[in-house]
Amino acid sequence: MALLETKNLGISFGGLRAVNAFDISVEKGQLYGLIGPNGAGKTTIFNLLTGVYRPDEGAILLDGVNLTGKKTIEICRAGIARTFQNIRLFGDLPVLDNVKAGLHNHYPYSTFEGIFRLPRYFKTERAMNERAMELLQVFGLEEYAGYKAKNLPYGQQRKLEIARAMATAPKLLLLDEPAAGMNPNETKELMDTIRFVRDHFDMTILLIEHDMKLVSGICEKLTVLNFGEVLAQGDTQEVLNNPEVITAYLGE
Amino acid sequence: MKTKTGGLSKTTKSDLITYGMVILAYIIVQLLVSTGHVSSLIQGLLVPFCTYAIVAIALNLTVGILGELSIGHAGFMCVGAFTSAVFSLAFKQTMPSAPRFLIAILIGAASAALIGFLVGIPVLRLKGDYLAIVTLAFGEIIKNIINALYLGVDSRGVHFTMKDALSLNIEEDGLVLIKGAQGVTGTPNDSNFTVGIVLLLVTLFIVLNFIHSRTGRAVMAIRDNRIAAESIGINVTKYKLIAFTLSAALAGVAGVLYAHNLSTLNALPKNFGYNMSILILVFVVLGGIGNIRGSIIAAVLLTLLPEMLRGLSDYRMLIYSVVLIAMMIFNWSPNAIFFRKRLQQRLTAGRETEKEEA
Repeated sequence: MALLETKNLGISFGGLRAVNAFDISVEKGQLYGLIGPNGAGKTTIFNLLTGVYRPDEGAILLDGVNLTGKKTIEICRAGIARTFQNIRLFGDLPVLDNVKAGLHNHYPYSTFEGIFRLPRYFKTERAMNERAMELLQVFGLEEYAGYKAKNLPYGQQRKLEIARAMATAPKLLLLDEPAAGMNPNETKELMDTIRFVRDHFDMTILLIEHDMKLVSGICEKLTVLNFGEVLAQGDTQEVLNNPEVITAYLGE
Repeated sequence: MKTKTGGLSKTTKSDLITYGMVILAYIIVQLLVSTGHVSSLIQGLLVPFCTYAIVAIALNLTVGILGELSIGHAGFMCVGAFTSAVFSLAFKQTMPSAPRFLIAILIGAASAALIGFLVGIPVLRLKGDYLAIVTLAFGEIIKNIINALYLGVDSRGVHFTMKDALSLNIEEDGLVLIKGAQGVTGTPNDSNFTVGIVLLLVTLFIVLNFIHSRTGRAVMAIRDNRIAAESIGINVTKYKLIAFTLSAALAGVAGVLYAHNLSTLNALPKNFGYNMSILILVFVVLGGIGNIRGSIIAAVLLTLLPEMLRGLSDYRMLIYSVVLIAMMIFNWSPNAIFFRKRLQQRLTAGRETEKEEA
């Protein structure tokens, strides 16, 4: 059974049909790419999947559980984590605390216990620090743990966003244009990171990307979106050689 | 690289410096008072110092940590002041002062927290300027309600009215607690400098520990990026409300301290109006938004300054505002920050060369 499945997903903004009859089926452990020209509705689909928008029709199923119309935090708890096209870190917090914020729901103690520093505070914080440092090590960020997140170099900020998303222990990771604004070297490093995340955490990844080198390099399956509708779907090479897809991207 | 895992972390050290600063100030002041070096004018300011430091810390929790602009904190102070003053007055004869004052503090904090929670539910849906305007209006409403409120108690129970003292129909054995615009008269003077410092330390303890807990981290995450915070499963409404309610409760504690330092408590524009709210905001901004230690220092300096300038009579407020502007430039102007950094570098470099020469 597919890990993520959407059926006939659709949403309109006023008179604009942003996404129409969107079907996708992502298998567990797959690296799945979502591509399409600007304004095709890719980020809108991510926003539908994470509960930022409520779909007008259709259904979203994660591991067989219906997530349609659920709130963002419920969807996070159900196991979908994401990164953002324009990086959204907690800029004034240390890098370590960015990851610890991601661990928020997995290491609970009450506000009261926190203020009065009861034993559970120390125990939980210690466990949280260890787990957060582990994650930072996985992404090669441990030396930056005490830096403010906004002072990190661009490429590291992207990695930190992925680390923070992974801290929520998701079943499915959504990456929104992870290579945007990166130079070829950084992109290559990022490809290794994404592959590593998939193998190391046994993660299922759905990503939006414009960089064709990255897409053809790591994605196993692709869905091409154009004007809110699915234009092509299937194995990466097959889809990329599809004449319709080439037309959509390059014009007649 | 320093992290919070081993030994004393940077944040813990910084917190200890803040506590130490307050305790040291207390000891020095007590020494000076006992040797007779403190004028009665300054002695009269000791409790206000604590009051304003506490309310500045409370507001910094909202402005600096939660990242929302509130100009209604004088209103929460007002709620804490009046509820606790009424309680203390009603039980003036029947309870010893220590437990009475302790309960008064809890009542002041709880009532301000309750009002903060109720106000917070609709207000925290707003952002930026809108939130500021609504909190401003709330502060004025509280002040005006209390100015029109008459409250009394007698053998038949509690009476209140918004008309006048006569319509309370208090029996002869009864006691009028709030007399409208005349406020509360005869509140026991339970506040003193030592109590003020203890409350300031408790406030510091609560706020600093809050900031460094899981809850505080969630609140700051919301401040830095609400959408990202939601995406990692942080309940935005819940944590905003927790921070705002705590902030209101602490402002209420400042109100309790304020009320028990005066024999007559009125809700005037000067003490609970929007002027006061703005003044508290000035403490927070000048002390550094999000900088708890700075709030205390700014609150003390800016309470002291107008009194020190009293000799200049007419020019007093002029000089006061010039000093405010100068402080603002020194604290926030990029050029001034650059200058300060260079000065610091030169000083540390000088020390290093000295070491080398030695």
